[in-house]
Amino acid sequence: MSLPVRSATLLALLGLAAASLFVGVIDMAPSQLLRDSEALKLIAISRLPRTLAVILTGASLAVAGVIMQMLARNRFIEPTTAGTGQSAALGILLATLYAPGAPLALKMGLASLTALLGSGIFLLIVRRLPVTQPLLVPLVGLVYGAIIGAGVTFLAYRADLLQYVSIWLNGEFSGVIAGRYEFLFVSGVAAVIAYLAADRFSILGLGRDASISLGLNYNQMLLLGLVVVSVITALTVVNIGMIPFVGLVVPNIASRLLGDNLRSSLPFVAASGAGLVLVCDIVGRIVRHPYEIPVGTVFGVVGAVIFLWLLYAKRPSHG
Amino acid sequence: MAERRLVWLAVGLIVAVLVFMTWGARGNWGFVFTFRGTKLLALLVVGAAIAVSTVLFQTITANRILTPSIMGFDALFLLFQAGLVFVLGGFGVTQLSSGLRFAMEFALLMGAALLLFGTLIGAARHDIHRLVLTGIIFGVLFRSLTSFIERLIDPNEFAVVQSSSFASFNSFDADLLRYCVPLCVLGISAAWHYRRELDVIALGRDHAVNLGLNHKRAVLIILIIIALLVSVSTALAGPVTFFGLLVASLAHLVVRSHRHATLLPAASLCAGIVLVGGQAITERVLSLSVPLSVAVEFLGGLVFLTLILRGTQR
Repeated sequence: MSLPVRSATLLALLGLAAASLFVGVIDMAPSQLLRDSEALKLIAISRLPRTLAVILTGASLAVAGVIMQMLARNRFIEPTTAGTGQSAALGILLATLYAPGAPLALKMGLASLTALLGSGIFLLIVRRLPVTQPLLVPLVGLVYGAIIGAGVTFLAYRADLLQYVSIWLNGEFSGVIAGRYEFLFVSGVAAVIAYLAADRFSILGLGRDASISLGLNYNQMLLLGLVVVSVITALTVVNIGMIPFVGLVVPNIASRLLGDNLRSSLPFVAASGAGLVLVCDIVGRIVRHPYEIPVGTVFGVVGAVIFLWLLYAKRPSHG
Repeated sequence: MAERRLVWLAVGLIVAVLVFMTWGARGNWGFVFTFRGTKLLALLVVGAAIAVSTVLFQTITANRILTPSIMGFDALFLLFQAGLVFVLGGFGVTQLSSGLRFAMEFALLMGAALLLFGTLIGAARHDIHRLVLTGIIFGVLFRSLTSFIERLIDPNEFAVVQSSSFASFNSFDADLLRYCVPLCVLGISAAWHYRRELDVIALGRDHAVNLGLNHKRAVLIILIIIALLVSVSTALAGPVTFFGLLVASLAHLVVRSHRHATLLPAASLCAGIVLVGGQAITERVLSLSVPLSVAVEFLGGLVFLTLILRGTQR
């Protein structure tokens, strides 16, 4: 990635983060920080955690999208269109039903496990699809996710948790305060692990035979990738809810701009994922001030439009 | 052969209807018959409308995995509901006479359906997967826009929107039935009237033109019928994504015929059996602990997946 692009991305992200600190129900100007201790408290308890949570979520979801696309060798999927998100929701719902008293970490572990299982099954299905029909994969993924989603609805309906589930699955950051988002740092760590193994994931994207002949431990890398994707997805679903399309549109745009060398493109992917979610979160806070529109809803609109554009726009010839 | 199977389907439907009407009925028969009879009528009409519109859609797109609802149409309906409340206010909407409201929704939906399906089919005839994917993404877009508007609406008015956004085969708006039943009957009879033209369209555009059919005009008429049936059934029952797919596949499985004279009644009968029988079971055995729409979605989704996976093996 060239230096101007890198510094421009970084600057934009910092600007957005700063803006995010000063948008909210309580009007607050930056100058108040110097003389008002209440303002500092507001930043420390609510605004800073929220901004951090948005950045962590956006960055790690975008990274999870890239990894998922490498694993399935398909540009048009991401954890929420591959059943991963729905499987995580199933896990946390099961935990809520059968072990309501369990500590949150345990519930997240269970959600990660079901997410792992769900996306593993998806990869097995994908392997049977012909490579010549790339759009078949997201189609199958969406329906697969819908079937698991029907299972979630079924369980939630029986337990009279339908409303709870639908509110809780729609991604939003309004509940984030200090002490209620720290688990998201784990998904940040997962994203960093993905970065450290970036070269190997690039090779994985070449396919099974190619990566084995290049000396890669294919199955081990596949499992690592699945674990990274599942942990990120499960933590996001549990703490924030689902934000559709982040993992889909950001990697696609990055790949158009920078190509598929993950080692050099992953930081850009993470930064633009964080930036895009920040924008949507800020928009959601401004449009209906002093009420909020969940980021999942805003991103659903923005992301769907970008995805349709990706689907129909011609790829530039240099790829 | 196919006709005899049709008779079996009819017998099955009659059994389902009898079970639905009499099982666990106690007390005043007059009341039971009116109460269950209304529901039965609604179930049969909705089922037939969805089944026929799906078969028609599959014929003009020459593809067995498509249904109007997979193409995002149901979501569009919900978006209109929310938009209506947003523009007029919840009070304004309840002030509208139900007939006027229905007429408005109906006109808007007909126009939108023609536009959506027309452009989609025209633009992406050669790339079926892209077409389906576009439809699904449109569905996501419409649903997100709907909840976006829902957030802008006054919370008190939200309930007006909320009531229509979940598929329900259990409670029907009696007012709507008055308008919907005649319209459905109209649409289904129109489809029946064109059954021979449909057989020709199913051969593909080139063959149809060669055989002297005004293909463009015929497809437009069929599209209008589809839009009519889908709008009406969605207005009555709410969104169901995979139901049409489920019953159309069942019909193909049972009658193994490509003639619409058999296919259309077969799909309608299958829809009736699934809905009436399923409703009887959810009401009596499961005491409404599982909404029928959820079970139907689950099964329909599995059918869809199998169809895709099998289609790629060939």
